[in-house]
Amino acid sequence: MADDLFKALADPTRRTILDELTEKSGQTLFEICSRLSMKHQLGISRQAVSQHLALLEAAGLVETRREGRYKFHDLNTAPLRRIAERWPMPDPSEPEKRTP
Amino acid sequence: MRIHLTSVFVDDQAKAEHFYTEILGFEKKHDIPLGEEARWLTVVAPDEPDGTELLLEPAGHPAVKPYRDALVKDGIPLAQFAVTDVEAEYERLHALGVRFTQEPLAMGQVTTAVFDDTCGNLIQIASQAQ
Repeated sequence: MADDLFKALADPTRRTILDELTEKSGQTLFEICSRLSMKHQLGISRQAVSQHLALLEAAGLVETRREGRYKFHDLNTAPLRRIAERWPMPDPSEPEKRTP
Repeated sequence: MRIHLTSVFVDDQAKAEHFYTEILGFEKKHDIPLGEEARWLTVVAPDEPDGTELLLEPAGHPAVKPYRDALVKDGIPLAQFAVTDVEAEYERLHALGVRFTQEPLAMGQVTTAVFDDTCGNLIQIASQAQ
């Protein structure tokens, strides 16, 4: 499995960016920066946010799209499925096995 | 010292005059021909006719396009206007066909939204919770 994915998830700021994109997909860089600074009091430069987004994009967790003159960032949680496939979760219908 | 005038570059002054007066609701303050079709065109808020003027300046300089293209791509507004209620203003402008790159977003006491002025700029509107 790609190290990119785990590296992308290993940073709290990047996880916050994913939280914000979960709330609303399709944000400009400006909106992401506003949310980080105003909602989360994270004083990070726009350039640093861009670098975080580049890592998230490399991991496939964020996709960008151009719409006319604007560029939007969308969330893509599909890569997370690979984690669940590698370490499958117990079927919720089955009673939970207790480990001794 | 006081801020008497600020400006935004606009692709087309006639189009800008329409958008800033008919759509946004500002009032024209000065309209002086400057030759070669350029005008000294300013608008003010209707309830503050002696307040800060906004100059709608022709975007002819070659540096303007790359500068604005880069800002618009990242969703960065070039000016900010105060409104009483961002949500209400969003509904009003959206109904008039204005394109928003950021829908109303409440962050603590402040709510903001960002729209395209159709003249090459993104504009932010903001309101403060009472």
